[in-house]
Amino acid sequence: MAVTPEMGTGKPNSDEGGAQGIRQAEPTTQKDGYSLDLEETSVTAALAAAPEVVASDLATYLRAWWQRVRSGESGVLPVVVGLVVIVLVFEIKTSLYLSAGNVVNLLNQAVVFVLFAMGEVFVLLLGEIDLSMVFNAGIGAGIVAAFVVHPYDFPWWLAILCGLAATTVIGLILGTLITRLRLPSFIVTLAAYIGLQGVMLWMFDTLPIAVGGVISVSNKVLLDFVNGNLSPTASWVAMVLAVAVFGGLTIFRDVRRKAAGLVTPPFGLTLSKVGVVAAAGVVLVWVCNINRGTGTTKVRGVPWSIPIVLVLYFASTFLLSRTRFGRYIYAIGGNAEAARRAGINVRMVRTVAFLISGLFAGLAGVMYLSQLGSISTNIDPSYVLFAVAAAVIGGTSLFGGRGKPLHAVLGGLVIAAVYNGIYLIGLGAAATEMVTGLVLLVAVTVDSVARRGGQKEAV
Amino acid sequence: MPQELLERGKPLLELRGLRKNFGPVRALSEVDLTATAGEVTALCGDNGAGKSVTIKIISGIVVPDGGEIRWRGEPVHIHSPKDSAELGIATVYQDLALCDNLDIVQNMFLGRELSNMSVLDEAPMETAARRTLADLHVTTVRSIRQPVASLSGGQRQSVAVARAVLWNSQLMILDEPTAALGVAQTAMVLQLVRRLAEQGYGVMIVSHNLNDVFEVADRIAVLRLGEVVAEGPASGFDRQSVVEYMTTGRLTGRDGAPANSGVVAGSPGGAGRTEGEA
Repeated sequence: MAVTPEMGTGKPNSDEGGAQGIRQAEPTTQKDGYSLDLEETSVTAALAAAPEVVASDLATYLRAWWQRVRSGESGVLPVVVGLVVIVLVFEIKTSLYLSAGNVVNLLNQAVVFVLFAMGEVFVLLLGEIDLSMVFNAGIGAGIVAAFVVHPYDFPWWLAILCGLAATTVIGLILGTLITRLRLPSFIVTLAAYIGLQGVMLWMFDTLPIAVGGVISVSNKVLLDFVNGNLSPTASWVAMVLAVAVFGGLTIFRDVRRKAAGLVTPPFGLTLSKVGVVAAAGVVLVWVCNINRGTGTTKVRGVPWSIPIVLVLYFASTFLLSRTRFGRYIYAIGGNAEAARRAGINVRMVRTVAFLISGLFAGLAGVMYLSQLGSISTNIDPSYVLFAVAAAVIGGTSLFGGRGKPLHAVLGGLVIAAVYNGIYLIGLGAAATEMVTGLVLLVAVTVDSVARRGGQKEAV
Repeated sequence: MPQELLERGKPLLELRGLRKNFGPVRALSEVDLTATAGEVTALCGDNGAGKSVTIKIISGIVVPDGGEIRWRGEPVHIHSPKDSAELGIATVYQDLALCDNLDIVQNMFLGRELSNMSVLDEAPMETAARRTLADLHVTTVRSIRQPVASLSGGQRQSVAVARAVLWNSQLMILDEPTAALGVAQTAMVLQLVRRLAEQGYGVMIVSHNLNDVFEVADRIAVLRLGEVVAEGPASGFDRQSVVEYMTTGRLTGRDGAPANSGVVAGSPGGAGRTEGEA
């Protein structure tokens, strides 16, 4: 029988006899001798920690944050910088880019990307993917449109509920297939991508109100989701209220945590966060309240789509960061086996994540319908790839465990900014696709290179 | 709520005549083993000796074919990992079962989060996690809100153990806790193991590394081919004798164990015989 090296290297002759009495005492006498080494390891470990947990004041925070950026953990910094660069480039090319009319237009275009990407974040966090979202959205929008027009004439909310119910059930079925039969989500949702496209074609062929494969809606409320605006005064009031609630809750939470002696981010950081949000709110409302109408008609105010997306953003952020379900999504994405051993119902959480991506597909479908005023079988299939791209550009990992709804918002804005800009300077379809592809590649490369560079430095 | 820790020196877990076959393969035949409150019991043996099966039986992953398990003196049946956890047995495997992307508090409470109207209640979780780590003198982590990915191997092991302590486990089974660690990290984990025993927990440690075994163990049990060939206080063994027990099942070419060592050696044939008492 083989003797392992560790066993063989034991020095039996020196240990015999006399060692018996000493052995018991050894661990206690050595305790202090090792503490120095341990201190050192904790310092290197702390370098990689999130800055808010090791810093007690703003200056320390900024230093720790910069260190993290340099070591590759750059967070949302590259996307924000990228977004600014993209905006500047297009603004130089055409001064129309940052006109009030175009900014609102751009934001409305981003809405669909953002909602698709938010749904995608839930499954990407698990290391899964949902490729079926776009045609799921098409089916949902088709149902909404069909129910809201003659002969059904459902009220807008009931039609939307029916559409969302359908897309959610489709998500649930896909999730069940993936978890119960242990099939890879890539293949299952790819099959659904193809199959649901067929279902959608069949639906539009069968429905009598689909004229030439198009269902047009004229319901005012439905169209106003994207095309209607809050009045300028209401815009200001809503923004001030939203910022006050957000700021109040954030500060209140920090104060309470500090009082309880818990780990708290530096107060200056919290204040500047609230300040940035308030400033963004003011700029947004100010831009939206500039008259962007042509001729004599005045068009002013924040479009409804923005508060709708913000509500969904805060809801999904809350779900992911403040509930058990959200915690389990991160846990499964980080180490599914550990989650299972901790007694988490992994299957259930996975299934619900696909249900949620189905729900977000439906929501994106509704906004898409509202934007165009009609829904046809010509819904652009590349939306689903843009959804994944948006989430990844924002900073969500394809391999699970890392990501948040904020990434969906930022990534969606980047894609909309590129799309809108290229269209605006009139480069044509060919250039549009090429440049968009290039931007995606650059965005992901920057992120990846930054990370790799950081690792090299660390080694 | 949990039971109080047993008085030190009382048997916490007793295995009597444990048997397990996998088809025609006899994995365990007549394993007798005792884990005592406040003591570190080391389980040694070569590959295939039955260490893993023994641990799996205790943690409920494998159900034995025969024999008796007593927990705090009462006969019990462990049919699932849940049964084992409910008794107060925690098994910390080599891969540690931690989520790298979650922080220390989140990992320690994973699966048992406290919540208030379905909103996570972070404050009491953070306080309890901090207290548990302080009780175990795990003070080298900079912040308990840092992700586990940023911890060293020894710190990760400490978090896994602290989680078991937090959930009122009384017996910790550590499977190769130092296998992947450097010198300083190993020392840190071994200190933690000693501290657990000093605080009255029972610890069963499986290790290939005899240096570690002799550094922390109060008692040593040597397994070979599915049976315990020697068991006794660590002071009754030396490295040479453990290796010999592991490889041949008995002491050869020497005059046996030191006098009054208390080591009980079973012959490879099966019937136990005591050595050193004559």
